[in-house]
Amino acid sequence: MSGHDTLRRSSPAFRAGLVLTLVLALVAALSLVWTPHSLGGVAVANGLRPPSAAYWLGTDHFGRDVVSLLMAGARTSILVALLAVAIGIALGVVLGLVAAARGGWIDEVIMRGSDITFAFPAILTAVLLTALLGAGTSNAILAIGIFNVPVFARVTRGAATAVWAREYVRAAEAVGKGRLRITLDHVLPNILGLLVVQATIQFAIAILAEAALSYLGIGAQPPQPSWGRMLRDAQTYVFVAPALAVYPGLAIMLAVLGLNLLGDGLRDALDPRLRAPRR
Amino acid sequence: MAQYLFRRLGTLLVSLFVAALLVFLVVEVLPGDPARTILGLDAPESAVAALRTQLGLDEPAPLRFFTWLGGMAAGDFGQSYAYRSGVGRLVADRLAVTLPLALMALALTVALALAAGVYAASRRGRAGDTSVMLVSQLGIAVPNFWLGILLIIVFAVWLRWLPAGGFPGWDAGIWPCFRALLLPAVSLALVQAAILARVTRAAVLDVMEEDFMRTAQAKGLSRRAALWRHALRNALIPVLTILGLQTANLLAGTVVIENVFQLPGLGRLVFQAIAQRDVIVVKSVVVLLVAMVVVVNFAVDLLYMAVDPRLRVAA
Repeated sequence: MSGHDTLRRSSPAFRAGLVLTLVLALVAALSLVWTPHSLGGVAVANGLRPPSAAYWLGTDHFGRDVVSLLMAGARTSILVALLAVAIGIALGVVLGLVAAARGGWIDEVIMRGSDITFAFPAILTAVLLTALLGAGTSNAILAIGIFNVPVFARVTRGAATAVWAREYVRAAEAVGKGRLRITLDHVLPNILGLLVVQATIQFAIAILAEAALSYLGIGAQPPQPSWGRMLRDAQTYVFVAPALAVYPGLAIMLAVLGLNLLGDGLRDALDPRLRAPRR
Repeated sequence: MAQYLFRRLGTLLVSLFVAALLVFLVVEVLPGDPARTILGLDAPESAVAALRTQLGLDEPAPLRFFTWLGGMAAGDFGQSYAYRSGVGRLVADRLAVTLPLALMALALTVALALAAGVYAASRRGRAGDTSVMLVSQLGIAVPNFWLGILLIIVFAVWLRWLPAGGFPGWDAGIWPCFRALLLPAVSLALVQAAILARVTRAAVLDVMEEDFMRTAQAKGLSRRAALWRHALRNALIPVLTILGLQTANLLAGTVVIENVFQLPGLGRLVFQAIAQRDVIVVKSVVVLLVAMVVVVNFAVDLLYMAVDPRLRVAA
């Protein structure tokens, strides 16, 4: 089946998710080389302008172009989410693989540890880090990353344990293949699809978390543009320019919606292979 | 059964201990001196040294940890430097806002999610089902603080039905407080309910295929009665699981939403404490919120057995 066929057979929801995600990525990439207006200068006299031919969605209180801010905000969201998910995968997948391969008390310790880490919402971790280190994007990345670790550890362990129970893995074990080799040759390739799905979903959650942290003032700091930060500023002017509080939220919603639909679609595509035989 | 309870209680205590230890270690390991943080970079070294002694920072770390832990267990959370009052007192005052908000949001979440989930399941594949699924997919993607701002625009700025923020205090009576908490609770609940409604729908659909559902209807029970009396109760286990996992989200959500609506709860306290460099307050509030998550998950485990007698035997 060619790639084109796969796409045609996929659900409309999956295709919508794919399009939204691609748009998000393209907008972020484009903002690196071009935005309708420069974001460098502040011109308060030009502030809170209504939409016009020059400023499609108007300007914020500093006179900055809202479209340009939204484009650059996509970059911050993607950067934070990408690094936070990378932290989660780097630590979580390794822990999950070790737990599945070793079992026994190592498994128990890793899983109980992940239970406890799971009780720390990213926002609380970020609050704690900010109180000690001061506000900044790196705290947001670290906090969301830590939150991702137990998620990936659990998913990896669950799927890897199922692979370890399969006959060909037992056979490989019987002929003396080491646990590390089995993990790398058989277990990891078999759970890769599932991890991609989880990464997509965690990416969406990370975008939401980054926006919340920046909204609270403990994520991205000015002048770094961020959707959450835009909402924080917009709330101050909600009686004067309510529309400013709408656009960044819409951007967050569309980005998260796209990633969620993409993740759901990928999961459905993988399901037939992963689903255990019924009863 | 008793053995299971005992074991579960043991896990609960160990979890609480480890959570407190984690927070303590983070504060310990990260660079920076709490006394210096509180007084600022310009403070003279002698003042910092004096505060270190006053805060007990000169004591060895294990001793400080167990003093802090023992104090918390006895309800003494230490002294807030910025507020010049006991942290326990501060927290208790703020809980009077956070707890009602969280409970209101929880009640709304459950009511909305169960109604929408069961409705969608009963109309599987039809327009009603599709609309619930579409709306919930959107709901999951909406940031709760943005929803809060939108609700402020509509209900406070345009319609002027409800306050845009602030809290009158419980002395002002129940009704004004309820009005102040309504929009915040709705902002929290709509997003949570979106996730829970999907879980409820899936769980009810699973149960509807069971033999006992056919039996119930064969006995002459109407479809609706069978749905609410048998299907929902049996579908409650996965719903409870997700609800338990959502508690962490809900509490984190209240921290955010309190800042959207300027409600004087724990979430607001923690941010004021950050601004005032009050590390002791931040540390205590974080531990308290994490402890709540752990305790709620423990309670959910016990609820399983109340909901499903089959699990009592298994345990």
